[in-house]
Amino acid sequence: MIKTLTIIFVSSILVDNYVLTRFLGICPFLGVSRKLDQAVGMGVSVIFVMLCATAVTWPIQIFILDKLGLGYLQTLVFILVIAALVQFVEITLKKFLPSLHSALGVYLPLITTNCIVLGVAINNITDGYNFLESIVSSLGVGIGFLFAMVLFSGVRTRLENTGVPETFRGLPITLVAASIVSLSFYGFAGVIEGMLS
Amino acid sequence: MTGILTALILLSSSGLICGALLAVASVFMSTEKDEREVAIRAALPGVNCGACGYGTCDGYAAALASDNTVKTNLCIPGADSVAEKLSQLTGAPFESVVERIAYVKCGGGCSQTVRKYQYEGCSTCAAANMLYGGIWECEWACQGFGDCVLACPEEAISIVDGMARINTRKCTGCGICVSVCPKGIIEMFDDSSRVIVTCSNHDKGAAARKKCKKSCIACRRCEKACPTDAIKVEDNLARINYELCTGCGECAKVCPTGCIEYSDFRGVHNINKM
Repeated sequence: MIKTLTIIFVSSILVDNYVLTRFLGICPFLGVSRKLDQAVGMGVSVIFVMLCATAVTWPIQIFILDKLGLGYLQTLVFILVIAALVQFVEITLKKFLPSLHSALGVYLPLITTNCIVLGVAINNITDGYNFLESIVSSLGVGIGFLFAMVLFSGVRTRLENTGVPETFRGLPITLVAASIVSLSFYGFAGVIEGMLS
Repeated sequence: MTGILTALILLSSSGLICGALLAVASVFMSTEKDEREVAIRAALPGVNCGACGYGTCDGYAAALASDNTVKTNLCIPGADSVAEKLSQLTGAPFESVVERIAYVKCGGGCSQTVRKYQYEGCSTCAAANMLYGGIWECEWACQGFGDCVLACPEEAISIVDGMARINTRKCTGCGICVSVCPKGIIEMFDDSSRVIVTCSNHDKGAAARKKCKKSCIACRRCEKACPTDAIKVEDNLARINYELCTGCGECAKVCPTGCIEYSDFRGVHNINKM
């Protein structure tokens, strides 16, 4: 049990890093990774939203959609529920935890229906995880996202102070850098099997 | 047929539930926005410079609205006119703003300082500073690529002879340039100051002189000339204690390298009161 959870957790951070190997959540990855503090803020918000989203969507899929044989409505229902949930969480935070709201507030609406959040929710179902495994996997994916953001913000700070050729300036060089970072993540393939065998 | 019906019912009911939940939440969880805070925020200039110590104009407005002991004269770019409005809004007594100006504590420039190497890289001070501490022999020298020029909202800074010069007549005292300078050699001064030491070099006299003709060589002649003991050489650099300084300018007259500048530094807020 613990072993399965560890495998899911570690592999979703490193081997199956959603940003760098599955290319989900590229928009915030390129958009808010310019500064370290913003990258961390975004990463923490994504972890938070993913955990909430998984906790709500998993029961919906298992107890409502599967029971009624409406599996094909998954994407639609998930988007609807996650969007409403994030809005609800934002309002609640504003009321009860204003300090947390001012820290995460800017990022919450941005990730309302980000593909990485939806992707995790759907993949947890297709991978056949139970509730606990789904939660652990979303936590892992969230931490992996934070990890990728922090790493990449370091790369970008270095990029900004180099003489990039004019044609590559801005988004092009950022994408090239992102692909190199993602290449390096393929080095983790096989690490988990080696670690637990 | 029933399949479509259940799908329709499920989708619309989940939409309805979510919508109802949000509607209820927005009523029960609503936070009242303080009207005074909104009015105060409108009175502030909105430069978000952080000179008040609250980071942003929003932060300062929130602090003013919630705490009566917060002073109304902290907004330096806004100066007296904003302070007056703020004290009307909060009911706190009006206090005059101490207007400030930024000044570059380096007098070097191309003709005075010695180059360390030929730099061909990205033309920002931050980048040049990362390569062996900058392009000049003096590690406290203004790099002259103009990071501060780009940052200044008032266009008060220009590059003259390879170094940044601040036109204090246009300076509102927001202090944004202070935070962008990678060398940290821009400092805020009260705009009533009459003398400023325009050097930041902490090397011993001879070493400093080799690097730049306009450096402070810590000869202490200014110390002896000062009638009020306001200027002191600490760590090989002259420092002025502005509480004691009368602005007589004796130090500037005796300085052998001319690194003490004696002038009228009044900023944009006080320029009309001349």
